[in-house]
Amino acid sequence: MKISEIASLLNAKVWCGEDMLDREVRAGCACDMMSDVLAYGKDQAVLLTGLLNPQVVRTAEMMDIFCIVFVRGKQPTESMIDLAKERSLALLSTDHPMFSACGILFSSGTPDGNFI
Amino acid sequence: MALLTQKYEVSGDDFSRAGEASSAIKQTLKGLGFDPELIRRVAIATYEAEINMVIHANGGTITATISPESISVEFVDKGPGIPNIDLAMQEGWSTATENVREMGFGAGMGLPNIKKYTDYFDIKSEVGVGTKVTIRIEAK
Repeated sequence: MKISEIASLLNAKVWCGEDMLDREVRAGCACDMMSDVLAYGKDQAVLLTGLLNPQVVRTAEMMDIFCIVFVRGKQPTESMIDLAKERSLALLSTDHPMFSACGILFSSGTPDGNFI
Repeated sequence: MALLTQKYEVSGDDFSRAGEASSAIKQTLKGLGFDPELIRRVAIATYEAEINMVIHANGGTITATISPESISVEFVDKGPGIPNIDLAMQEGWSTATENVREMGFGAGMGLPNIKKYTDYFDIKSEVGVGTKVTIRIEAK
């Protein structure tokens, strides 16, 4: 599933990574505990989270996750956006809560769905 | 034979900067052309250890030694030390504060995760002195 499709399905705002919208994600990971993302997440996944701090971007960077969607209308800070641009990650925000955002993506056929 | 040795000081005062050393090591490995999966394993293990240093030990020193055969990383802190290492190695066991959990960490997966992603893992700790973690990932 392309990042552009994720943005469309979730009616999401793209904060950065506009040049990455054609990249494909291979799995999904929904979590507010970065410890669990590090333990159980897959690379090239889309990370859905309601956690809002720079370590979300760092965690994604380490995991080779290049797309983060903040749920519940959460908006990344300028420093998070700067870090994401520096590390080539796409940051999006959706007004959907976590449960429905996951359901929308899962039912739309995210391959190798790995929602944790 | 080591290609490169890099040393980083990790501050325990600024949680927002945690991960900078791990990120720098990852970028170095990418620049040297190591296998992406190896880089990912090094990055995750290093980041887990760096986060531990910040949230439990008020920072420390990270030394990465890079050779064509392997990546070794040593983490040394002068934190409070770990009274029971066996307990600390259990998944889910954590002494993290509520503040740390609100940041998304402290689930008790750090040390087990480091061990999972590495080919060699050693931890030595003394209460009141500090902790030293040594890891190695082999380049296959």
